[in-house]
Amino acid sequence: MAELTTLREGIAELVRDGDTVALEGFTHLIPTLAGHEIIRQRRRDLTLVRMTPDLVYDQLIGMGAARKLVFSWGGNPGVGSLHRMRDAVENGWPVPLVVDEHSHAGMANRYVAGASRLPFAVLRGYRGNDLAARSDTIASITCPFTGDELSAVRAINPDVTVLHAQQADRDGNVQLWGILGVQKEAALAASRVLVTVEEIVDRLEPRPGAIQLPGWVVTAVALVPGGAHPSYALDYTTRDNAFYQEWDKISRDRGTFTAWMTEHVLEPAGAGR
Amino acid sequence: MSWTTDEMMTVAAARSLVGATTCFVGIGLPSTAANLARRTSNPGLVLIYESGTIGAKPDVLPLSIGDGELVETADTVVAVPEIFNYWLQGGRCDVGFLGAAQIDRYANINTTTIDRGDGRPPLRLPGAGGAPEIAAHAGKVLIVVRHSPRVFVERLSFITSVGHGRGPGDREKLGLIGKGPTKVITDLGILEPGDGCELVLTHVHPGVTAEQAKEATGWDLQIGDLQPTDAPTPEELNELRELIAAT
Repeated sequence: MAELTTLREGIAELVRDGDTVALEGFTHLIPTLAGHEIIRQRRRDLTLVRMTPDLVYDQLIGMGAARKLVFSWGGNPGVGSLHRMRDAVENGWPVPLVVDEHSHAGMANRYVAGASRLPFAVLRGYRGNDLAARSDTIASITCPFTGDELSAVRAINPDVTVLHAQQADRDGNVQLWGILGVQKEAALAASRVLVTVEEIVDRLEPRPGAIQLPGWVVTAVALVPGGAHPSYALDYTTRDNAFYQEWDKISRDRGTFTAWMTEHVLEPAGAGR
Repeated sequence: MSWTTDEMMTVAAARSLVGATTCFVGIGLPSTAANLARRTSNPGLVLIYESGTIGAKPDVLPLSIGDGELVETADTVVAVPEIFNYWLQGGRCDVGFLGAAQIDRYANINTTTIDRGDGRPPLRLPGAGGAPEIAAHAGKVLIVVRHSPRVFVERLSFITSVGHGRGPGDREKLGLIGKGPTKVITDLGILEPGDGCELVLTHVHPGVTAEQAKEATGWDLQIGDLQPTDAPTPEELNELRELIAAT
């Protein structure tokens, strides 16, 4: 059964310098506050994996926690660029960032292979575009049955996957619903799994269409209400679209970004310790 | 009623969805046009977003492909591997609707990096997202993008999503199952691939000349048998403005 822990303890125990870390959540259920705790604990040299880096990876990258980013779409959705990610890729600030870049279909299948404990997955993708030439995790493969030329993508198996979910019970069984993303695949592909939740309930009531992660595939659960902000947890919080727009201004300038992170992440008054 | 060139572009894009059953929608201009189509030319259109929301019927325009509004109005929500493998790669999407940062004469698209020269590092764009497989697998692809020489370029810095490759037969050779781009809708007019797969200007919007479109294109744009686009109707404009005002 998963251990019930605090966010601080959970990150301290499960996320180590140099780890391959996936904080997943496709627009919905992004574990932002777990990312902030990783920043506060000054983790370094992480390989960050995420289909859509979003604000939380912009923050981790801008604070120098990552040396590599594995992703498929790195923008501020509906707003524009992730300025800290761009600065790291274009100018190496605050530290150089290597990227391994895929399409969404490729990344999703890499997690599927990881969860299936296969070395690679197969898809009809990448044919004729420039992505394969820039990545050592994409290769051409011939179908042994039909002779079709297909693409193979290497499995992703994170050292640790961090998710945010709506609910867990006291045995660490987790339930999440709404946009499901690649959460199940990212969890089952990983060696360790930390889940932050909106609520801990006495008894999980299974919902149609929801993902249930039994406590025996989860390493630890921490109660972190609002832990996805400015993303959201369906039926608990709403997406703060205004903050996504505001982030464009905060993150554009190195000084403004650093001041914001210092005030809101590194030294927030009475940060949930 | 008077209207802007962006409104004309969105209305023309929405009209292009007549007859489609399912549309895989990118965020931004494509999403605006697809949602306008649901209110005007194609009320039964099934909108599919890469977040796994199938049959979304938003009353307001989503800022992201994962807004709660899409989930709450969807027929069903599936996981991301499923939306790409079963629904898109499986050939269940009639139309894919894309934007572009750069596009070339064969409607190949770049959304990854742009070379700037002068020893400066390449400009980093958000990247591929769902676009490469939408361009590969959708029954056909519509592209909506503002017309300018910085966007319509002779040579892409990076091919993110394949349109017609380097010309006739390339899609078949690459094993791409869909027909590829059939229309590029801009704020000046509409371009369609000709016999050699190269984009040809086929429509100009009211008040626009072929010369303007040529000037806004970074290669020597071919001009076809030009037709004028019908101006937006009051109904189309009202629906579009209500949609944007509600957002």
